[in-house]
Amino acid sequence: MAMPLESPIDFSNVSKVKWWRRGIFASQTGYVLAALLMLMVVMHFASPYFFTEGNMQNVAKNFSFIAIATLGITFVIITGGIDLSVGSMMCFSAMITSMVMVELSAPGSPFVHMAADGKTVVANVPGLILVISVLAGLLTAFVVGLVNGFCIAVLGLSPFVTTLGMLSIVRGLAYVVSNGRGSFPGGPDAEYFYALTSGDVFGVPAPFIYLVILAAIMAVVLHHTSFGRHVFALGGNEKAAELTGIPVVRVKIEVYVICALAAGLQGIIISGWLGSAPANMATSYELNVIAAAVIGGANLAGGLGGPLGAIVGCVLLEVIRNGLVLAQVNSYWQQTLVGVIIILAVLVDRIRSRMS
Amino acid sequence: MTTSSASDQPVLELTGIGKEFGAIRALHGVDMHVRPGEVVGLMGDNGAGKSTLVKIIAGNFRPSHGEIRFDGNAVHFNRPIDARAVGIEVVYQDLALADNLTAAANVFLGRELKRKFGPIALLDHKAMASRALELFGELRSETRPHDLVKQMSGGQRQAVAIARTRLSNAKLVMMDEPTAAISVRQVEQVLSLIHRLKEQGVAVMLISHRMPDVFAVCDRVIVMRRGEKRADKPIHETSPEEVTALITGAKEAA
Repeated sequence: MAMPLESPIDFSNVSKVKWWRRGIFASQTGYVLAALLMLMVVMHFASPYFFTEGNMQNVAKNFSFIAIATLGITFVIITGGIDLSVGSMMCFSAMITSMVMVELSAPGSPFVHMAADGKTVVANVPGLILVISVLAGLLTAFVVGLVNGFCIAVLGLSPFVTTLGMLSIVRGLAYVVSNGRGSFPGGPDAEYFYALTSGDVFGVPAPFIYLVILAAIMAVVLHHTSFGRHVFALGGNEKAAELTGIPVVRVKIEVYVICALAAGLQGIIISGWLGSAPANMATSYELNVIAAAVIGGANLAGGLGGPLGAIVGCVLLEVIRNGLVLAQVNSYWQQTLVGVIIILAVLVDRIRSRMS
Repeated sequence: MTTSSASDQPVLELTGIGKEFGAIRALHGVDMHVRPGEVVGLMGDNGAGKSTLVKIIAGNFRPSHGEIRFDGNAVHFNRPIDARAVGIEVVYQDLALADNLTAAANVFLGRELKRKFGPIALLDHKAMASRALELFGELRSETRPHDLVKQMSGGQRQAVAIARTRLSNAKLVMMDEPTAAISVRQVEQVLSLIHRLKEQGVAVMLISHRMPDVFAVCDRVIVMRRGEKRADKPIHETSPEEVTALITGAKEAA
C-alpha cells in the first residue's frame, strides 16, 4: 500500500502537546497526588509523630485495607459501570473462608489428625487447609461477580440496580450462613492465615505488599494488553467498541468478576486483621472504595482511571483520618471532610478541563 | 498495485435486494454494482432506504430477497465482522471513535498488534504507532498517533476513522455522511481523503445529503426513493437539479 509521498507530512499546523499538558501532569490523579504530598508535609510540621515508623506502618496498613478493593472497582468504573456490592462481598468471602477453615479443621475431617496428646488438632499437610479455604472464599466472589456481569452484560440491567440488589443479596446470605453470628478463622492453619494477612515482612505490612504487586499487575494489564485497551474503549464509547468488533459482553463480565475477586481478597485480608469475620463486617465500605477511586481520578462516566489513582485516593483518605486523630480533632469530622474532598477533587479537574 | 481506472470486474454486485421489516417494505428490487477505484454516491431523502441498504452490505441486516456478490463470490453476512473479513469497511456517521484513547489506539481498536512474551501477549505500541503514522501520511493528514482523539479536529477524527479502514486492505469503503458535521475546510480534507482511497484502487460508496460533495468526488450517483433505485448515472451525465428532482420525486426515474 506504500505510495510515493509527494512531500513528507509536516506538522506545521498541529503542534505537539506540551509534556506538562498530557499524561499524569494533566490528570486529576496528578493534582491529587500533589495535594497529598503537600498535605503530608503540612502533617509533618503539625505533628512530630506523623513521620515516625510506627505511624507510617499504621497508615500503610490501614489504606491497604481498602486499596485492593479499590483497584478492582477501578476496572468497573473505567468501563462506565459501578459495583455497589463490594462491601457485602468482602464480608461474605471472609466469612466463607473462615467457615471453611473451621470446618476442615474440625476433628474427624480428612485434612487433620489428632496429636499424641489427644487434644491438639494437627494438619496432615500444613497450609493445605488455608489454601482450600481461601480458594473457597475467592470462588464465592467469582460466582457473585459472574452473576453481576451476566445480569449487566447479557440481560442488559443497569449496573447500579443490579449491584444494589447484589449488595443486599450477598449481605443477606452472609447473615444466613452465619446465622447472624461472626465466624472466627481457626484450626491448625490459623497462624499461617494471621501471618499472611496481618503480619509484616521487614516492617512492611503484608497487605501493603499484596497491594503493590497487584497494582503493578493492574498497570500492565490496563496499558499493555488488549483487554485493558478494550476496558478503556468500553468506557470511552461503548457503541464504537461494539462496532469495531470488541467482545463487549465478555469484557464487561470480566471486569465485574475482577472487581468481586478483589473485594473478596480484601475481605479475607481484613478478617485476618480483625481476627474474625462478623456478619456486619465492611458495611458501607463500598462508599469508601468508590470515594477513593473517584478522588484518585477514576471518572464515573467511564474512560478514565488507573491503579496509581486508586492508591492515591486511598492514601489521601487514610492520611486525613490519621491526621485528624494526631491533631486531636474530633474524629467525627472525618466523614464530612472526606465528602468535601470528593467534591473538591472533581471540581478542580472540571475547572482545569474548562480552562484548556 | 493496480490503481484507479475501474476494471471491469465489479467488486460489489447486488441483484434484486429487498428487505421487509414486518409489514414495512424498506427496500425492493435493488440492483447495483461498484467497481474497484470507483466512487459511487448514494443519495436519497430520509427513509429512502439508503441506510438500510448500507446496513445490509455492512452485515448489520440480512436481506429478505436477492443476492450479494463480493469479488465475484456470493456472500452471506451474519454480523458486521463477516463483512469486514471479506474486505468491506464502514466509516460510521458518528465515526465510532473512543475519545479517551489515542489516534493509534483507535485505528487498531479490536485489531491490536501484539508481541508474545511466553504465554503473555502484550501490545506492540511502537509498531502500532508507526503503522498509524504511515496511514495518516498516506491520507495526508497531520495527525499524531499519540494524541488523544478528544483533542482532535473534525478532519483529524475523520482521518482516524478512515485510516482504520486501511488496516486490512479493504476493497470497499462505505462512508455514512462523512461531511455532515464538520467545517468547510475539513470537508475539503475529507474529500481529498476519498481521492486518496480511489487512487489506491479502493471502491468507495459515499452516502451523503450534500450535493456539492457528491458532485465533487463521485464518478457515479445512485438515487434511492421509497426503497427503490430510481437512477444510476455517471456524474457527468446528470446535474444537481436532476438529482434533486429524483430525490424529491419531482422526476420519477432517470
